[in-house]
Amino acid sequence: MSEHNIHTEEHAHDEHASMSKKKIWSVFFILLLITVIEFIIALWVIPKGYMSQSVGNYVYIALTLLKAYYIVAYFMHLKFEKLGLQLSLSVSFVFIIYFIVLMLIEGGYLHAHMPLV
Amino acid sequence: MDSLSKLDQVKTTPWAGGRSPWSVEYGKIMMWFFLLSDAFTFSSLLVYYGAQRFSKFTWPDPDLVFQSIPGFADHGYPLVFVGIMTFILIMSSVTMVLAVEAGHRRSKKEVIWWMVATIIGGFMFLGCQAIEWTHLHHEGFWFGTNPATGLTEPGAITKALQPFFDGQISYVSALQFSNLFFTITGFHGFHVFSGVIINIIILLMVINGTFEKRGHYLMVEKVGLYWHFVDLVWVFVFTFFYLV
Repeated sequence: MSEHNIHTEEHAHDEHASMSKKKIWSVFFILLLITVIEFIIALWVIPKGYMSQSVGNYVYIALTLLKAYYIVAYFMHLKFEKLGLQLSLSVSFVFIIYFIVLMLIEGGYLHAHMPLV
Repeated sequence: MDSLSKLDQVKTTPWAGGRSPWSVEYGKIMMWFFLLSDAFTFSSLLVYYGAQRFSKFTWPDPDLVFQSIPGFADHGYPLVFVGIMTFILIMSSVTMVLAVEAGHRRSKKEVIWWMVATIIGGFMFLGCQAIEWTHLHHEGFWFGTNPATGLTEPGAITKALQPFFDGQISYVSALQFSNLFFTITGFHGFHVFSGVIINIIILLMVINGTFEKRGHYLMVEKVGLYWHFVDLVWVFVFTFFYLV
């Protein structure tokens, strides 16, 4: 039991070294910057016709995944965990990708075959 | 080196048993697994939303549905109010991670201060969401209804729905949008609400000195994981409801 406590404390100490206040605020400004870019695209770039809505959607999704990476990696601290934990949490999303593909096929079929209501 | 000592050496590897191979505390692993399952639930809801939207020939334009700043302007400001909500939630995520950081230094006073800031952020977000729900409800959107519900004359239906569509209108699309919007933001709001409650409980434990006696603030980290997850889900809800 005492061994475990020592281990946890050491671990906690490592984490402190890897996530300083400065780093926290820099991640915050990255997240804020990405959000501001999304707003500029939504309110200026697409309405002015510099980018089509369908291209814009891919840009939004890419920026969203980038934001998700920063939140999970730094705020949720996954970047500093062991590779085994990182893999078991991220590889599971293969199922979600599969589900997205399935539902898009389904949606595409309905789009082509449902009466217009 | 004889084979026996080699065998002992094998046993010291992280995956040889008798220790945590991920060197993560039990409660934290369980929180991660819970969040993974929760991520699957939210993904399912959002994927279904995407499939519905993809299957319809027309869909309400978010810039037209969400264009009011309650108490300031009724229309003409797309995305501004949700921008404020997004900022509040990201900000409360930062204060949460600062509470975790203060916990590593075992600075009780700072943990209390940052936890209080996080809870205030959570309440502000919930307040904003309540205002937005009220506004949409006032316009006629709710579970199972849209602004044209109850109308029978085609002209009246067009008049009720046209403000929310850019081009062709569809009663079914507006209905699906309404149902999915309230279900998904409602489920997210419920998570924010329970997050605030858990944060308050942990704050009381911090004030009580429970974690000081325990020697570590791991509990703050665990509730922090949950809180960041709520922020993470909002990032996706924001993209798929308000931007795309």
